[in-house]
Amino acid sequence: MERHLDQELKELNKDILKMGAYTEEAIFKSVEALKNRDKELAKNVIDSDNNIDKLELAVDEKCIDLIARYQPMAKDLRLITTGMKINAELERIADIAVDIAQRTLEIVDKPLLKPLVDIPKLSAVAQSMVKLAIDSFVRGDIGLAKKVLLSDPEADNLRNSIQKELVEDYMLKDASTVSRAVQLLLIARFLERICDHTTNIAEDVIYMVQAEVVRHHPEKLK
Amino acid sequence: MTKIVTNNLNLWYGAFQALKNINLDIEVNRITAIIGPSGCGKSTLLRVFNRMNDLIDGVRTDGEVLIDGSNILDSHADLVVLRKKVGMVFQRPNPFPLSIYENIVFGEKIHADDNTRDKLDEIVERSLMDVLLWDELKDRLNEPALRLSLEQKQRLCIARLIAVKPDVLLMDEPCSTLDPQATARVEELMRELKARYTIIIVTHNMQQAARVSDDTGFMLLGELVEYGKTEQIFTAPRDKRTEDYITGRYG
Repeated sequence: MERHLDQELKELNKDILKMGAYTEEAIFKSVEALKNRDKELAKNVIDSDNNIDKLELAVDEKCIDLIARYQPMAKDLRLITTGMKINAELERIADIAVDIAQRTLEIVDKPLLKPLVDIPKLSAVAQSMVKLAIDSFVRGDIGLAKKVLLSDPEADNLRNSIQKELVEDYMLKDASTVSRAVQLLLIARFLERICDHTTNIAEDVIYMVQAEVVRHHPEKLK
Repeated sequence: MTKIVTNNLNLWYGAFQALKNINLDIEVNRITAIIGPSGCGKSTLLRVFNRMNDLIDGVRTDGEVLIDGSNILDSHADLVVLRKKVGMVFQRPNPFPLSIYENIVFGEKIHADDNTRDKLDEIVERSLMDVLLWDELKDRLNEPALRLSLEQKQRLCIARLIAVKPDVLLMDEPCSTLDPQATARVEELMRELKARYTIIIVTHNMQQAARVSDDTGFMLLGELVEYGKTEQIFTAPRDKRTEDYITGRYG
């Protein structure tokens, strides 16, 4: 028997999927803008954030409306509350894409410090983690959520090697590179933060599916 | 501390088995809600606790129901003492066609012979204070109880129970005839009373069970499918049948 609430929950899933797609796009464009020194694309990321903010508010409103009207219980309740948390994580990720775009605008007119290799790699990891995390939510798939959690060390390692290279090969050797290197350091840090947000999403999905809180309990994932 | 324990409790109405092997521990000073669809056996289970089912022809029970360690199903159990200790509030408030005062002292007059007017006055005042009716009714004690509002009648019925100092209050859909505000006030009263009594409520209203109870049992077709802390039952039920019922998928 399909309930009216089931229809509403499908709509909610669609909206969160859309939120995830916008967010992925924002990360992709922000790093493309950096790679290609494309001011217009960076500005586009900043301008488009408004749409993500609007969608975030709409999803939040929808969740509150569903709670008020249906008084959901058990897995319905877990799905809606998890949806609200994921929505907030995605909005935060999109804000970080804006941060990356803003850092890009700071360095885009200055000479290129070095060819970008690891930052695009870290960006690809971040995008793939966002995609996996959203898929795990929409499909209620714990296996995908665990994959997200397993990807996080890769992101940490990339961030560390970017940091090491920028500090040791550039900043310590040539003070004139510091202002540009700091922007790249920040961007690497932002991308790694995005990955951290996706792990929050994955932990929320595990709670949604099996009603077990794994957040702050890494031993439960073993 | 455990107040009531059922061990392998079965009950038949003639050939129909209404309760199937119920094993349940009910804690003191907590509110326990029993939920489940119509005909699942929840009211039958409630009525076992003060042996109200004895009034129905063809009822047969086996297993044990221990209240404070004594088996109330024992043929030697004193039903008058049991029903003083385990009182019941029904779906429709059922005050006697007597004055408010006489409703409250009715039980005490049956159970004790040494009633002075002062003692009875004290019981009336204490019982009405306990159900937060004293200020409203203290100047109307001789009026017929049947003139009260539905909510006041239900509170009066609770006061009438409390007057004989029970340990356990059984409530069978106590708010189903009340409007939302009156329901909220009765639920508030239940929360206040649980400090002194063990309360078991049967309700169709899952939101009410979720709001008011500490522990919840879900029954289906005479079985106790799942029993646990209310927050666990309503956020993370372990049995799919519980999940289906509380999310409205049952049926």
